[in-house]
Amino acid sequence: MSMGLLRLLRGNKATAPVARERLQILLAHERGMRGQPDLLGVLREEILAVVSKHVKLDPTKVIVRLDRGDDVSTLEVDIEVPNDLERKRVAVG
Amino acid sequence: MAKVLVVTSGKGGVGKTTTTAALGAALAQRGDKVVVVDFDVGLRNLDLVMGAERRVVFDLINVVQGVAKLPQALIRDKRLENLWLLPASQTRDKDALTEEGVGKVIDELRTRFDWVICDSPAGIERGAAMAMRFADEAVIVTNPEVSSVRDSDRIIGMLDSKTVRAEKGERVEKHILITRYDPSRAARGEMLTIDDILEILATPLLGIIPESQDVLKASNVGTPVTLSNVDGAPARAYIDAARRLCGDTVKMQVPTERKGFMDRLLRRRAA
Repeated sequence: MSMGLLRLLRGNKATAPVARERLQILLAHERGMRGQPDLLGVLREEILAVVSKHVKLDPTKVIVRLDRGDDVSTLEVDIEVPNDLERKRVAVG
Repeated sequence: MAKVLVVTSGKGGVGKTTTTAALGAALAQRGDKVVVVDFDVGLRNLDLVMGAERRVVFDLINVVQGVAKLPQALIRDKRLENLWLLPASQTRDKDALTEEGVGKVIDELRTRFDWVICDSPAGIERGAAMAMRFADEAVIVTNPEVSSVRDSDRIIGMLDSKTVRAEKGERVEKHILITRYDPSRAARGEMLTIDDILEILATPLLGIIPESQDVLKASNVGTPVTLSNVDGAPARAYIDAARRLCGDTVKMQVPTERKGFMDRLLRRRAA
C-alpha cells in the first residue's frame, strides 16, 4: 500500500508486474508446446503438398505465420503463385 | 559419494562461470575435494576467472580423446589445495565432446572428488547438453530479467528430459540461483522480485547474489569472488549457497554491502 502511494507520488510506473504477467502467459504456452512436433512446420508441409497437387509452386514461396492474440489467433498462409498459372491449368485440364 | 553439479542457464552472461568458480572455492574451503570443469569448448573462460590461464597444458577434449590422462590435465588451485580445474579446449570443435567420452571422464572424476562442478556454455546445443548430461544436481543461474527467466524455464525442461537421470526415471535436483539482484529496484517495482521468479519457475531457491562491484573486481584479478573479498555481499551469499548445497539450513536473505558511516549518511540524504 505504502509502496503504491510512493509510486503514485513519484509518478513512475512499476514495470515488474508487466514482466511477470508476460512471462506467465508466454511460459504457459511454451511448456504446452514442449515435446510437440513443430506445428507450423507440419502445417507448412501439408499445405504445400495439397496445393502442389494442383499448382506448380516454389516451396520457398509458401509462408505460414501464426499470430497469437488475447482472444483469437490468426493463421496466415501466404502462397506465391506464379503468373503462368492459367496456362498450366489449361494444359492440365 | 561424489556429486556431479551442473551450473547452467540457457542465457549467456548471467554469471555461470562466476558462480562455478565461487561455489567451487566455497565448497573446497569447507574441506570437500572439488573439481570445476569447463564445458565451454572454443570459448573457455573458467581458467581466466580462476586465475589459471597460464597453467593450461591439456584440456577436457584431450582427455575425452585419450590424448592426455586425467591427472595431466587437472590443474591444482594455488590458493586452495582441495580445488582443481579441468579446462576446456580453446581451439577444438565442440563436436569433439562425445557422450561416451564425457561419460568416462565424469566417471573417473567421481572416483577422485566429492564435487564435480560442470560449467555449462550458454545455449541449448551440444556443449550445454553434455554439461548437464550426467548431472545429479543443477544450479540454474537466473537474472531478474524476462529473457533470463524464459531461458531458465527452457533449461529446466531439458534437465527434466535430456539427462541420464531423467531418462532413468530419476530426478536431477534443481536449484535456482538468482544473480545480479538489486533489492531496492525490486522494491520500487522496477525488477522482478524473488517471489515472482520462484513462482514462475516453480523451483526451489539456492541463494540470492546481489548486484555488486566485487564480482568484476574478482574476475579482473582471477580470483573466485568467495576468496577475493570474503566479507563482501556476493561472497557471503555464495558461501551461504554452498552451505545449502551441503544440506545445511541457512536463513535466506539478500546480503547487503556493509556501508561505512559516510555512505549511510549520503544514502539517507538521497532517499
